[in-house]
Amino acid sequence: MLTAVRLKLMLREPEMVFWVFVFPVLMALTLGIAFQNREDEPMTVAVRNGAAANALVTTLAATDELEVITTRETNELGLLRDGRAHLIVVPGTPVTYRFDPARPESRLTRLLVDRTLSDTTDRGHGSEARLEEISTPGSRYIDWLIPGLLGMNIMGTGMWGVGFAIVVARSRKLLKRMVATPMRRSHFLASLVLARLAFLGLEMLALLGFAWWAFEVRTEGSVAGLIGVALAGALSFGGIGLLTASRARTIEGVSGIMNVVMVPMWVCSGVFFAVTNFPDAAQPFMRLLPLTALIDALRGVMLNGESILGVGPELGLMVAWGTGTFLLAVRTFRWQ
Amino acid sequence: MGVPYWFSSMTRPSPSFDLALKCVDLVKRYGDLVAVDHLQLTVKRGECFGLLGPNGAGKTTTIEILEGLLAPDAGHVEVLGRRWGHDDDALRQRLGVHLQETQFDERLTVVETLRLFRSFYTTGQDITTVLDTLGLQSKTNTWVVKLSGGQKQRLAVGCALVGSPELLFLDEPTTGLDPQSRRQLWSVLKTFRETKGTILLTTHYMDEAEVLCDRVAIVDRGQVIALGTPKELIASLGAAQVIEFGVGGPDAAMRDALELKDTLERLPGVRTARRDGGLWQLSTTDLQLGLPALMRFAEAEQMAIDSVATHTATLEDVFVALTGKHLRDD
Repeated sequence: MLTAVRLKLMLREPEMVFWVFVFPVLMALTLGIAFQNREDEPMTVAVRNGAAANALVTTLAATDELEVITTRETNELGLLRDGRAHLIVVPGTPVTYRFDPARPESRLTRLLVDRTLSDTTDRGHGSEARLEEISTPGSRYIDWLIPGLLGMNIMGTGMWGVGFAIVVARSRKLLKRMVATPMRRSHFLASLVLARLAFLGLEMLALLGFAWWAFEVRTEGSVAGLIGVALAGALSFGGIGLLTASRARTIEGVSGIMNVVMVPMWVCSGVFFAVTNFPDAAQPFMRLLPLTALIDALRGVMLNGESILGVGPELGLMVAWGTGTFLLAVRTFRWQ
Repeated sequence: MGVPYWFSSMTRPSPSFDLALKCVDLVKRYGDLVAVDHLQLTVKRGECFGLLGPNGAGKTTTIEILEGLLAPDAGHVEVLGRRWGHDDDALRQRLGVHLQETQFDERLTVVETLRLFRSFYTTGQDITTVLDTLGLQSKTNTWVVKLSGGQKQRLAVGCALVGSPELLFLDEPTTGLDPQSRRQLWSVLKTFRETKGTILLTTHYMDEAEVLCDRVAIVDRGQVIALGTPKELIASLGAAQVIEFGVGGPDAAMRDALELKDTLERLPGVRTARRDGGLWQLSTTDLQLGLPALMRFAEAEQMAIDSVATHTATLEDVFVALTGKHLRDD
């Protein structure tokens, strides 16, 4: 009987049903889509533009497993870093392979390219190819992961910090009590965002400081640019947090909404693996997500040394999200 | 501003400056339920006015309309001679509000909470003075979560007092408190009254209204059904004493209640008789006449009285006489 009652109580909790049954299925579905074709995915090799490039491209393209693109020298590191190319081939005598030996795909691609070229003797007079191993900090998975985690953290604390505080005050009737004083409502909302921004500094310091100390993760771009991007992100998610909490009366209610908003972004915004893993049709939508914009901008600054202007589109998208949700939240806000 | 405000008709009666509060034909509906039904009310400056009534009588709705937190469906209110909807912040500067069931942030201390609320007002009291008045000096740096129920209520009233209001709204400030905590809160309110402040308070404790209030309105189903000083209301019963007795024995249920009521009301000294639950209540002007008469009647009729009690008439009796209901459901 006790067991029966316990089961009934569990099934009558809608959130429970969601997390137990619906959520794992959805996760499996999305991750399945993201990783479905990994094995038959071609290895991507980028050939540096130059005199002998065309011949190399033709030879390499004849191999089914290889996808060949051309590149300029300045873009090569970026391609390797983001996983858009696994190996760079620099034409010459002998040819040079630039790659990151820490990545299995890169080593595989090198072997495949080397075999292809030696078969066709385009490698250059039977001699050995020159190997240039690239393993500068900034090309490792941890370097790529830290901006993702930072972005995820800015989203999480932004939404919880703002949303939770509001709903707690509302459910305790404290919000109503404060409305009954001469307190300016705009001041109340502004205080939430300002407290958020103050906290953001500590948050970044903790995560980036640890990453620097433990993994020697460094930023290529300026610290000011990094702070600028983080501020835009925090404002954006402050607005979204405000909106998610603008009507909810209970903690349970707002937790549900927050999860619905955040979980898809954890998966789809490239925190742990690149957005490029998803089908091409879905990517434009994923690029519109604020977390995608934040993480792309953070990676742009930290990995590619972009200036604050270089990540302008991402900043614009975040500001648009923040302003839009903020205005909507102010209109729909339930003060009592 | 997110709260809907209303603008009343074009004709504005000249503000009455001697009045702290005025409700004219106030109506508020929640779906089919009429919470406030054409309620009329005036409260003078310097007065302590009590709204009494059972749960669901419309007390809280009325007080929240007066506080500008709710908009009425019809009618209007004047607060300190002004209406809501124009320069509300200036009006709020002059009000102190205590709501039912406000829970303050648990991990703020008493003094931090008071300072926060003090910061909303341009003028107000010194925090130390407020702590003294509240009797919370020893709890100055205690987290709110660690306060007792009575201390929390005093803090809540303190947050309404920090702005030195001219008018203080209190919605059931002592509900659920033990007698000692209630008395401590009463003394806080008495201190406030020494500043010539006006108080509007709701309560369902009759003794509280009798102790604190100059005038009392009894509210039931959204209307004022009686109004006056506590003494006047009690006197309106026309009876100084109430005799309460129970009838036991097998014949108790057999007796025709209506017939018995008529007979009892003809007893010397008895004004009214009514049955309330298992007990009969006789209101009497003269206990020395009414009580022996009841006893003689019981003896003659062989009615087995198994309990008798008498008490001085209170507002509770007024309320029961007016509505046939008790203020509390217990």
